[in-house]
Amino acid sequence: MTAAQLDERVTAFLAAHPDTSDEIGYLRARFDAGLAWVHYPVGLGGLDAPRSSQRAVDARFVAAGAPTNDPGRIGIGLGMAAPTVLAYGTAEQRARWLRPLWTGEEVWCQLFSEPGAGSDLAALGTRAVRDGDAWVVDGQKVWTSMAHEARWAILVTRTHPDLPKHRGMTYFVCDMTAPGVEVRPLRQATGEAEFNEVFLTGVRIPDAHRLGEIGDGWSVARTTLMNERVAIGGASEPREGGMIGIVADTWRAHPELRTAGLHDRLLRLWVEAEAARLTTERLRLQLAAGDPGPEGSGAKLTYARLNQEISGLELDLLAEQGLRHDEWTMRRPASVDFTTRSPGYRYLRAKGNSIEGGTSEILLNVIAERVLGLPPEPRVDKDTAWKDLPR
Amino acid sequence: MTPSTSTVESPTAHLAYTADEDDLRSGLRDLLTDRVALPALLARIETTEPYDPKLWRVLAEQIGVTGLAIAEEHGGSGATWRETALVMEELGRAVAPTPFLGSAVLATAALGHCGAHDLLTELAGGHRTATLAVSFATAPGTQPPYDVRADTDDTLTGTVTSVVDAGSADLIVVAATTPQGPTLYTVDPTHEGVHRQSVTSLDLTRPLTDLTLTAAPGRPIARGDAAEAAVAAAITTGAALLASEQLGLAEYCLESTVAYLKTRNQFGRPVGSFQGPKHRLAALWVSITQARAVARYAAACVAVDDPDTAVAVAVAQAHCSDIAVHAAEECVQLHGGIGFTWEHHAHLYLKRAKADALAFGTPDRHRAALAELVDLAP
Repeated sequence: MTAAQLDERVTAFLAAHPDTSDEIGYLRARFDAGLAWVHYPVGLGGLDAPRSSQRAVDARFVAAGAPTNDPGRIGIGLGMAAPTVLAYGTAEQRARWLRPLWTGEEVWCQLFSEPGAGSDLAALGTRAVRDGDAWVVDGQKVWTSMAHEARWAILVTRTHPDLPKHRGMTYFVCDMTAPGVEVRPLRQATGEAEFNEVFLTGVRIPDAHRLGEIGDGWSVARTTLMNERVAIGGASEPREGGMIGIVADTWRAHPELRTAGLHDRLLRLWVEAEAARLTTERLRLQLAAGDPGPEGSGAKLTYARLNQEISGLELDLLAEQGLRHDEWTMRRPASVDFTTRSPGYRYLRAKGNSIEGGTSEILLNVIAERVLGLPPEPRVDKDTAWKDLPR
Repeated sequence: MTPSTSTVESPTAHLAYTADEDDLRSGLRDLLTDRVALPALLARIETTEPYDPKLWRVLAEQIGVTGLAIAEEHGGSGATWRETALVMEELGRAVAPTPFLGSAVLATAALGHCGAHDLLTELAGGHRTATLAVSFATAPGTQPPYDVRADTDDTLTGTVTSVVDAGSADLIVVAATTPQGPTLYTVDPTHEGVHRQSVTSLDLTRPLTDLTLTAAPGRPIARGDAAEAAVAAAITTGAALLASEQLGLAEYCLESTVAYLKTRNQFGRPVGSFQGPKHRLAALWVSITQARAVARYAAACVAVDDPDTAVAVAVAQAHCSDIAVHAAEECVQLHGGIGFTWEHHAHLYLKRAKADALAFGTPDRHRAALAELVDLAP
């Protein structure tokens, strides 16, 4: 399907749906017309069109003032669950889950990390035991954003403790409303609770909600995680669009705060922020051309470091004002917003950037091994049964 | 080479390489891998002929690198500074001993800016080379000192120090003061009034020359504001494209270090399997992805004389200078003992990287310029 043909479809859809008052109805119709995620198959919200044409389609719906599925709120569903369901789901599973996922009627979360399995995700210990046509799941998951609003979760479990860790996992879709699922807020250094702990106690999951083969959960999880790294996208950021713009504005407005040392740090970080912006822009062009390249993992490393350094500089620049915080109220934000809170919040929240979604140390390993082809770390646990690993 | 089709798009649209550029790169890399062997390079740099005239001829005739930024009607191939930047990348990667920067960048930019098409035609084929007589340390946006004065008969007298690629040049573009203001001349360096003193250069693969003119006859090619603008455009273009050279050399430093650490064993393991060196190399790789984006953006800006050029060049020079030096320093350190020897390539890259960081303004000067450009004054 060419870009022009796609554009005609959008025009026809917009003409046929002038009434946008029923937002869910509108989004369902857009999904059924194949204009949700155009690179998905026909019948599942797409038209088998190139992924690169999505931006133009989205731009037309935005320009028309059409209802939005609020992608910031359903990022885990769109970026991680959906590609996994598409890759491993049966026809019934795809048909059941993808449409309400895309329209935002059903929020998804991710039950991967555990207190004992952070960077080493494959060491996870949440047990799933077969019981007739269902599985009984017991364990604890952590760092789960949106669990308190989610209808469904993608879940990785241990089904074969006698096998080495990578070979004994099975991947499920878990109903977050099922008995035995308990979600507790996990308060962070910022005072807020973006994330949750999720306790699973005797939760029954039908075998029909398994994704992929029994024991093949690691392959399925890798598909999910690969898509997490590709999920960079969206609109281009203007110069000074990120945190550096806030500090630059403070610098311009407050000559009395300026020192030579701060000026040097500001200019160095300004250059780095602009370089990071152009690097992401380049990555976006490559993604649009269908050739993501490995720059994505580098972009995350860079943004984590820059957010931390820039927010630290901001507090130094503010001096006395930096001593005063806005509030420590426990809240449950749906997404991270660096711009509306105080500088102290930015400084503290940025500390999470080098931990969440893969620590910076693990990402450096990934780049060294997968991009540069350097020899892997010695893996002493590779051939040991999971149950015999020290923990 | 097909001429660039677009001059109206934003320079950010050209951050990725085109298929034509990929072809140009692969041809160049094959040729340079073949022709710039380390032992020959080491033997050459301490002779009186540091540049390789055979290499230059092949580059000019087989690949046509010398006329990329020159229009087809003047004997060039009608490409842009973007393709020229790609050549700088590959030449930097090989620390290739050629006068490309002086001739195909500085002199070509200056002559192109004043419409000296007859002279451009001579440079396009690479049969003659030229350079611009400014100190290699001159930063964009700073007024060159104009230490050369012209008499009313257009004879030139004065000295310009640390000029790049002047030793082998057949033609030198000289800015001089006259009672009517600055004027740009071309000078024949073989004239008896021109004395070229070669300097011992920190960068062994890029010679520098002190140029002394004593009543040397000059041919005026631009006067007044046009002369100043031509010099400024040449320095800005040189600085923009130097970022690509820095990118290329940083990339080679990374690749050669990675290759070595895969095969070098200590403590019964490849050194590259230890997390210390791995993390340093991975971080360097990330830096280089950024160097590519800013170098590419600077080249795309000069290619269309975009209003953002001054900012783009300051960002590219501030960033790529530090990254190239860091890459070369990591190359020396992570190679260990062998990396500190004369026989190894690491020192050639370190010298080129450090000299490039000083050339066309240090990173600090570029950040200071940027502070003014983006309203972040101290």
